[in-house]
Amino acid sequence: MAGYLNQFAFGIYPYICLAVFVVGNVLRFDHGQYSWRSGSSQLLRRKQLVLGSVLFHVGILVIFFGHLVGLLTPIAIFDALGISHGAKQILAIVAGGLAGIMCLAGMLLLIHRRLFDVRIRKTSNFGDTSILLILFVQLSLGLSTIFVSLQHLDGHEMTKFMEWAQRILTFRGGAAELVAGVHPIFKAHLFLGLTIFLIFPFTRLVHMLSAPIWYLNRRGYQIVRTKRPGSRATVK
Amino acid sequence: MSHVLNRLTYFKNRVGDFSDGHGVTTTEDRTWEDAYRKRWQHDKIVRSTHGVNCTGSCSWKIYVKGGIVTWETQQTDYPRTRPDLPNHEPRGCSRGASYSWYLYSGNRLKHPLIRGRLMKAWREARAVRTPVAAWGSIVENPATRASYVKQRGLGGFVRATWDEVNEIIAAANAYTAKKHGPDRVIGFSPIPAMSMVSYAAGSRYLSLLGGTCMSFYDWYCDLPPASPMTWGEQTDVPESADWYNSGFLILWGSNVPQTRTPDAHFYTEVRYKGAKSVVVSPDYSEASKFGDVWLSPKQGTDAALAMAFGHVILREFYLDRQVPYFQEYARKYTDFPMLVRLIEKDGRLVPDRYVRASDFDDGLGEDNNPDWKTVAIDQKSGRPVAPCGSAGFRWGEQGKWNLEEKDAGGSDVDLAITLIDQSDEAVDVAFPYFGNRRHDHFHGTDHPDVMERRVPVKRLKLKDCDVKVATVFDLMVANYGLDRGLGGEWTAQSYDDDAPYSPAWQEKITGVTRDKVIAVARGFADNAEKTGGKSMVILGAGLNHWYHMDMSYRGIINMLVMCGCVGQSGGGWSHYVGQEKLRPQTGWLPLAFGLDWSRPPRQMNSTSFFYAHSNQWRYETLGVDEILSPLAPEGDWSGSLIDYNVRAERMGWLPSAPQLQRNPLEIAEAAEAEGLEAKDFVARELKSGGLKMSCEDPDDPANWPRNLFVWRSNLLGSSGKGHEYFLKHLLGTSHGVQGKDLGATGEQKPQEVAWRDKAPEGKLDLLVTIDFRMSTTAVYSDIALPTATWYEKNDLNTSDMHPFSHPLTGAVDPLWECKSDWEIFKGIARSFSDVAPEVLGVEKDVVLTPILHDTPGELAQPFAVNQWDKGEVDPIPGKTMPSVAVVERDYPNLYKQFSALGPLLSTVGNGGKGISWNTEHEVEHLKDLNGVVTEDGPTKGMARIDSDIDAAEVILMLAPETNGEVAVKAWNALAKATGREHAHLAASKEDEKIRFRDVVAQPRKIISSPTWSGIESEKVCYNAGYTNIHELIPWRTLSGRQQLYQDHLWMRAFGETLCVYRPPVDTKSIKPILDQRANGNKEIVLNFITPHQKWGIHSTYTDNLLMLTLSRGGPIVWISEDDAREADIEDNDWVEAFNINGALTARAVVSQRVKPGMMLMYHAQEKIVNVPGSEITGQRGGIHNSVTRTVLKPTHMIGGYVQQAYGFNYYGTVGSNRDEFVVVRKMNKVDWLDEPVANVEAVS
Repeated sequence: MAGYLNQFAFGIYPYICLAVFVVGNVLRFDHGQYSWRSGSSQLLRRKQLVLGSVLFHVGILVIFFGHLVGLLTPIAIFDALGISHGAKQILAIVAGGLAGIMCLAGMLLLIHRRLFDVRIRKTSNFGDTSILLILFVQLSLGLSTIFVSLQHLDGHEMTKFMEWAQRILTFRGGAAELVAGVHPIFKAHLFLGLTIFLIFPFTRLVHMLSAPIWYLNRRGYQIVRTKRPGSRATVK
Repeated sequence: MSHVLNRLTYFKNRVGDFSDGHGVTTTEDRTWEDAYRKRWQHDKIVRSTHGVNCTGSCSWKIYVKGGIVTWETQQTDYPRTRPDLPNHEPRGCSRGASYSWYLYSGNRLKHPLIRGRLMKAWREARAVRTPVAAWGSIVENPATRASYVKQRGLGGFVRATWDEVNEIIAAANAYTAKKHGPDRVIGFSPIPAMSMVSYAAGSRYLSLLGGTCMSFYDWYCDLPPASPMTWGEQTDVPESADWYNSGFLILWGSNVPQTRTPDAHFYTEVRYKGAKSVVVSPDYSEASKFGDVWLSPKQGTDAALAMAFGHVILREFYLDRQVPYFQEYARKYTDFPMLVRLIEKDGRLVPDRYVRASDFDDGLGEDNNPDWKTVAIDQKSGRPVAPCGSAGFRWGEQGKWNLEEKDAGGSDVDLAITLIDQSDEAVDVAFPYFGNRRHDHFHGTDHPDVMERRVPVKRLKLKDCDVKVATVFDLMVANYGLDRGLGGEWTAQSYDDDAPYSPAWQEKITGVTRDKVIAVARGFADNAEKTGGKSMVILGAGLNHWYHMDMSYRGIINMLVMCGCVGQSGGGWSHYVGQEKLRPQTGWLPLAFGLDWSRPPRQMNSTSFFYAHSNQWRYETLGVDEILSPLAPEGDWSGSLIDYNVRAERMGWLPSAPQLQRNPLEIAEAAEAEGLEAKDFVARELKSGGLKMSCEDPDDPANWPRNLFVWRSNLLGSSGKGHEYFLKHLLGTSHGVQGKDLGATGEQKPQEVAWRDKAPEGKLDLLVTIDFRMSTTAVYSDIALPTATWYEKNDLNTSDMHPFSHPLTGAVDPLWECKSDWEIFKGIARSFSDVAPEVLGVEKDVVLTPILHDTPGELAQPFAVNQWDKGEVDPIPGKTMPSVAVVERDYPNLYKQFSALGPLLSTVGNGGKGISWNTEHEVEHLKDLNGVVTEDGPTKGMARIDSDIDAAEVILMLAPETNGEVAVKAWNALAKATGREHAHLAASKEDEKIRFRDVVAQPRKIISSPTWSGIESEKVCYNAGYTNIHELIPWRTLSGRQQLYQDHLWMRAFGETLCVYRPPVDTKSIKPILDQRANGNKEIVLNFITPHQKWGIHSTYTDNLLMLTLSRGGPIVWISEDDAREADIEDNDWVEAFNINGALTARAVVSQRVKPGMMLMYHAQEKIVNVPGSEITGQRGGIHNSVTRTVLKPTHMIGGYVQQAYGFNYYGTVGSNRDEFVVVRKMNKVDWLDEPVANVEAVS
């Protein structure tokens, strides 16, 4: 039974989450353009937001890209670069830990605002509050894995997760078995992380996908959109 | 295309560059643009307007999209004006533009609501009883009745179905009619012109029932009694376009850009054209910036300023130099030449009444109504003559009621304005002076009470005595304190002499410097001289809401009349306060008051009614001696204000409601049993005491009003002066009255009214409000019915500000369970007809009507004031007491009558303002247009009035203003009286018939009609008094001229024969409470002023979220920086204003624009949004009327005397409120009263 649950949680569930993530986002982007937004509450109360939001976003972006690079870069590349697994793990612990603390501080400010400012609380929907709390739990789990990781600084456990993630993404079998024996905190962190992908299309997190990076590539001060039949002044 | 796929083309969509790469051409997705296009796309546009109290009467485009009203914009398709005149559009304001918010707002009434406890009691009673018996069982059981009455205003509404509430209302009405009399069913609705079908719906139901329709114009204190006194005209004013023809405009107590926003452009435009403008306003109002000169007199002292203006005009344009135009105008169109008797009183000569033809041995050859023909001296012969046009010529003879300079014999006459060149002597005549009366907050002067001034007189031999007589002009010059070289005291030789009413004299009272007064008066008159009367005064509530408003108004009217401005385009009197012009009035009256079925209807002046029935009289602080003239004629002038009102009701001057202590449905039968006519029976029984008038004992349960309908109105949140007294006595619920009544204070009690030690609390059995929003009145009601908004019904709308008639039309069907007013009353009428047969059949109803203006009866009491109850005269209906009529009520068929055009229009015809015409042709047209009733019954074959559009067609068909054929008939009817041809004014439009669909297509100009004193023409703008001057139609006054001398006995008693300055009265509402209820903050005393506001008047209400957002989101009062500093109040502090009448809470707006000593609280801010509890009363805040109380003025009660005879919304007591003072202080505790109250049991 335990084997099946492990297989489901880390072998099948990831595909469910990723499928919902992809399909959900596409559908929402196509059909819910007006809901595709960050839902900022800055208008209601500026106080705490600037500090909280900056700390949170900087922290979580570092963590996010840390995970992305850390998990998905083939181990062979690290080996080729001569970065030992232990060193990589130390790097992850230190950088992730610092970013995590920043993120935690920012998040506490944001949670306080969201829960205790009457105007913001009244205008928040279930998703707004719960995604914040879920991220908080996930961050807490992530930070508490540090204590587990400090028990084995050789990077051995870490490579399991890298291998697991890469197998999942490359549709190779045996992923779930890799993480069967890891500490429960890691499992909880992994599971919740997958769940965040699952609920992603239904929350304000979608604003991540619209980060206005294309401005970086923009030329020209005036943009003229050419006329195209069927797309102009269509009265629906 | 999918947005996602589209994004995938990111690297391909750039297809070109331009301008060196500063611009790029892309093929990126453009579907998002459609969102912006759709924002302004819509499915249809419907024409409507904002229709309860906005005289702007702008036509609007209402946009509907997907079945939802989305927004509104101004219509721009008004018919063009003639060349040289700006067009009417743009018309509209931000308040109107915010209206669509209401349709879907949380404050919308969506379902019929009823007080939960009443519903419970009803269902219990109804389960075992028939409807009327069920209602009886509820109101006859004191505990059951109290269970819902005492909950009024405290919530506890539940939803009900239309069928059920209609049955309850019908049962209550039927029970009341049977038990107490139908006149105990009362209805209040204001300003019919703004949605006349909606008004008519309720008033038609009530009139067919025998219920009482209440006036509004006098109650709102918007009626200027000076207008009926001077002109015999309720109010007639120029359209706003006529401002453009003016050369000199004074804005006086009227804030045109703020409260007449859509019309203000004409004011701006005429200033570009070069007109001079003076703005008179104590505060720096929005209008002040338009003035070349801004005068800021102390509030409430405007009469002093007006008198000083008049002083200068008389001096420079009548005495030192005679202006030919002014002389001719005064001779032909004013009472200046009329002779007034001077009689001796206490060794002094005082002006008495006009000399009448009947005073002469030979009656000056007049046999018809010689008592009512005034007399002047013919300059050629030097002999007294009775010139044509006075009231005596209007009735009983034909062809001589005109302003030709002729006497009845047809000889030319040339009337002498002054006798100074042909006088027998100059004598001292005594004039009263009131400017010395002490007031804590207004400066007076120390001139004596009585001042004698020298007047040139002639001695005349009359049939009973020799008397000295003087012309009105000569008396007026003396009254203005002008020296004419005749010697004597108390006259001013120069403007610097301090004698009333010189420019120097007024400085102390108004604070305006004399040089400004002289310059303005000179400029005003000089312009009038050069332009033939194109000087105009726009005046308003700032003057009219004071107790002595007549004096400010008459002071201004005097200026206009002296300068020949009235009746001249670009000149005259523009009173813009709650005024209305129900242009198709005579077409509307039969529909509205059921005159097609029965006449007369029951109508009541609201001020006296509410004064009596909200028991404000029990708290009266103003003694008659405080306002009586020192020169009052001999007689008994004792009594209190309500005594005067009761006397007026008995003498047939004012109406009564309820009328008689006994049920009027029983009286006709009792009379028949004795073989007497009802009128003889009533007169006999009144004299013997067998029958009593209700007014003598308003607190007897037999005399209580029992059912009250309020529709198109916010009586309790807006117009109800003495709000807390309403709550306490009329409604019987929690209230904030702080004062004690006369029983407790030991003051003198009234003589004519029974005093009951315990005042009634909760006179009304049932209060029904019909509204589209949960207004303050709805909150206090027993039943609140959801009506259609102005975008959900069909109706008609007219105004005096522009000449068009245009509609309200339904953009969407009434939302939720709402219905139009027409459908609501139709439904109640249907239920009533179902329910009534339980107790009522075809009944005979005895109706009392006061002596009415514009009827032959107006010539009722020519000289003395005799009271039949004192045995001074016999009660003769229609002569010395109210008229008595018997009206048949067919209660089981009331619904059928309601929805068909009755027979009287074919048999009796229609008319108005003293003329009548045949309407058979119009009735036939209506049968063709609306179809006929096909169902069997008493209405079979009559024209249908089924829908609101049918009702509108009735109005349009019957009115001369919208049916040229009728207009020609009406002018011809008038021609019989005047002996002159008038039909040319309408002849060119004889074939024009305006129908409802026509005005839906585009606003239509109305057709000239004798109902009004101006004309619609391609040559001149509409202006009041135009036909009097240019068609020589007399004013409907005693003298037939513009009457500046008022000779009724009571006018003499109260010192107002001629205009005088009277300081505000002392309502004594401060001293008993000042520094008695300390909260630790400094208390200051301020004059309480309630002007109309920017964020919620006329076309929307203050609870509109958009308007609240533009303002401060809740109740506010404005105070000056000086007063704020003194009371340690900072801007936006919560303050409380209170006196013995009650208390209100608001935030303070501290502003330089406010004059120290006054506090402005904009009208009708209601207590439903952001109003905290009062520290004084413990009740929620209060509204602006929580600190006011109605105080009546006896001169407004006068009746049976030509122009001073009653007319509905025409004459009567008015509800003034600006003489009131309040204590103001900062609040310590802002309590929102939002905790559950433990000792108030949960509402069932």
